[in-house]
Amino acid sequence: MTVRVEPLPAAAAAESRPAPSALGRLAANRAALLSAAGLLLLVAAALLAPWIAPYPYDATDLALGASPPSAAHWLGTDELGRDLLTRLLYGARVSLAVGAAATVVSLTIGVVYGAIAGYAGGRVDQVMMRVVDVLYGLPFIIFVIILMVLVGRSVVNLFLALGAVEWLTLARITRGQVLALKARPFVEGARALGASPWRLLLRHLLPNGIAPIVVYATLKVPDVMLDEAFLSFLGLGVQPPMASWGSLAAEGAVAMEVYPWLLLFPGLALASTLLALNFLGDGLRDALDPHHDEGRLEAGG
Amino acid sequence: MLRFVARRLAYALPVLFAVATITFFMMRVAPGGPFDAERRLPDAVERSLRARYQLDRPLLEQYARYMANVLRGDLGPSFRYPDRTVGELIALGLPVSLTLGLAALAVALAVGLPAGVAAAVRRNRAADHATMGLAMLGVSVPNFVLGPLLVIVFALWLGWLPVAGWGSWRHVVLPAVTLGLFYAAFIGRLTRAAMLEVIRHDFVRTARAKGAPERRVVWRHALRIALLPVVSFLGPAAARLLTGSVVVETIFSVPGVGRYFVTAALNRDYTMVLGTALVYSALLVAFNLLVDLAYGWLDPRIREGA
Repeated sequence: MTVRVEPLPAAAAAESRPAPSALGRLAANRAALLSAAGLLLLVAAALLAPWIAPYPYDATDLALGASPPSAAHWLGTDELGRDLLTRLLYGARVSLAVGAAATVVSLTIGVVYGAIAGYAGGRVDQVMMRVVDVLYGLPFIIFVIILMVLVGRSVVNLFLALGAVEWLTLARITRGQVLALKARPFVEGARALGASPWRLLLRHLLPNGIAPIVVYATLKVPDVMLDEAFLSFLGLGVQPPMASWGSLAAEGAVAMEVYPWLLLFPGLALASTLLALNFLGDGLRDALDPHHDEGRLEAGG
Repeated sequence: MLRFVARRLAYALPVLFAVATITFFMMRVAPGGPFDAERRLPDAVERSLRARYQLDRPLLEQYARYMANVLRGDLGPSFRYPDRTVGELIALGLPVSLTLGLAALAVALAVGLPAGVAAAVRRNRAADHATMGLAMLGVSVPNFVLGPLLVIVFALWLGWLPVAGWGSWRHVVLPAVTLGLFYAAFIGRLTRAAMLEVIRHDFVRTARAKGAPERRVVWRHALRIALLPVVSFLGPAAARLLTGSVVVETIFSVPGVGRYFVTAALNRDYTMVLGTALVYSALLVAFNLLVDLAYGWLDPRIREGA
C-alpha cells in the first residue's frame, strides 16, 4: 500500500526530513498526549479512591437526600444522600477494570485465533475467517445479555462474556500480520533452521507484528467500556451496591428531570474517558501504523 | 447474480440453525426457570404448567419439537404472556423496531456522508478538524447519555417533541437521532478516510482533466468508490444498531422488539428470548445480503469475482 494522501506544503517539508520515529509522531499529537495524561490521572484517582474520596463509598445521609452540587458535595448527592464524586471514583475502578480485563480476554482469543488461521493458511484459514465473517453479522450483545442472565451478573462473568464476543477485529488483524510476515526471509530462515511452528509464531511472527495488534487492542477498550455501560444501564451488568459509570448513569436517567446532575456527571465521566481513549488509540495507530486503512478491518471489506 | 444470492442464502441457513440450537441449550442448561417467583408455586400448579409447555419432556425431544415448529413458522407460546404467541408479540414489535432502525440509519447516512465528504475536501483546514472532532465526540457519547440529554433539551425545555412514547412521526425523531448519531460519526470518519484515498486515483484525475465540474468529480466519481468501505460497515453497523435500539427503546418507552427482549431475558421467558434472538439474527443475515448486493452494484469487480 502506498501513502495515501497528497502531502500538503507543510507536510511535504516535514517529509523531506528523516522520517520521525513512532514515538516522535505520537509526541507531536497533542490530542493524544493530553488524552494519555488525563487517563493516567484517572487511573491514579481510581486506584487511590479509598484514600482520596471525600466520603466512604457506602456512607448515606438520608436526611440530606438528593442535593445539587455544593461545597460539601462537589457533584451533589443521590436520593440516599450518597456523595456522587465518591461513587464516581469507585465506579471508575469498576468501569476501567472491566474495560481492561475484557480487552485482555478479547486480545487473547483474537490473537490465538488469528495467528492459527494466518499460520495455517489455505483451507483452514479460509474456513476460520469465514466463521469470523459470519459472526460479525450476529447480534452479539444479545448473546451477552442471555449469558449474563443465565450465569449470573458478576463482574468476572461480565468481562469474560464481553471478551468472548469482542475478539473478531483482533483476530483479523493478527491473521493479516502473520500472513504478511510469514513469507518474509527471516521467517523462512528460522524455519529452515528447524524452528517449530510455535516457536516461529511466538518468537518471530507475533513480536514483529505486534504494533497494529496493540493499537487495535487500545481501540477496543472504549468499545468494551461502552458495552459494559450499556449492560449495566439495562441492569444486566454490575449489581448494587457496586456501581460502574454505566449503572450510575442508569440511576441518574430515571430521575433526570428532578436531579439532572445524577445523569450529567456519570455521563460526562464516561464520555470524556471514552473520548480520551479514542484520541489516544487513534494517535497510537497513526504513530505505529501510518498506512492503516480505516474501515476495511472493522467493516470486513 | 442469482447464483451469488443463492450461495449467500446457503450460508445463512446453517447460521440461523446454529443460533437457534445454541440459544436453546444455553437457556435450558442454566439454573432457574420461567416459573421461579418470589413465592414458590404449589407443586401441582408448577407440574401442570411445566406439562402445558412440555418442559417435562426429555430435553432432546423438546429441542426437536421446537425446531420443527420453527420451521413451520411457529415460535411457540410466550411463557409470560400465556395468551399470546411469541410470533404475535414479535409481529407487534417488529414494525416499530424496524421504523426506528431505518430512521436511525437514515440519520446516520444523511449526517455522516456529507460531513465526511466535506471534511475530506477541506482536508486539514479548520472545518475538517472541527468535523472530525465532533465525530470523535459522537463515537464517545453513549446513547443512554445522549438520549436523556436530548429529551431534556428538546422535549422538556423547548417542548418541540414528545418525551417518550410512540404513535406519530414526532415520536420517532428523538430516538432515531439518539440511535443514529453514533453511526453518523463513524460513517463520517470512514467516508473522510475513503475519500482521501480515492481522490488521488487516476480516474479522478481523468474526470477532472475532462473538465468535469469539481462538484461532479467529488460527488459522482469519487464518492461512488469511497462508499465501498461505508457500505461494508453497514453490515456490522446494523447488528449494533439493533442492539443499540434495545437501550433506546427502553429510554423512550418505544414498544419495539428490544424491550420485549430485555424483559423476556430477565424473566427467562425461554420461547420469547429464542424467538427474538432468531428474528434478530435472520434480520441481520438478510441485511448483510442486501449490503453484499449493494457492494456488487457499486463495484462490478466484486460481482464478477463472486
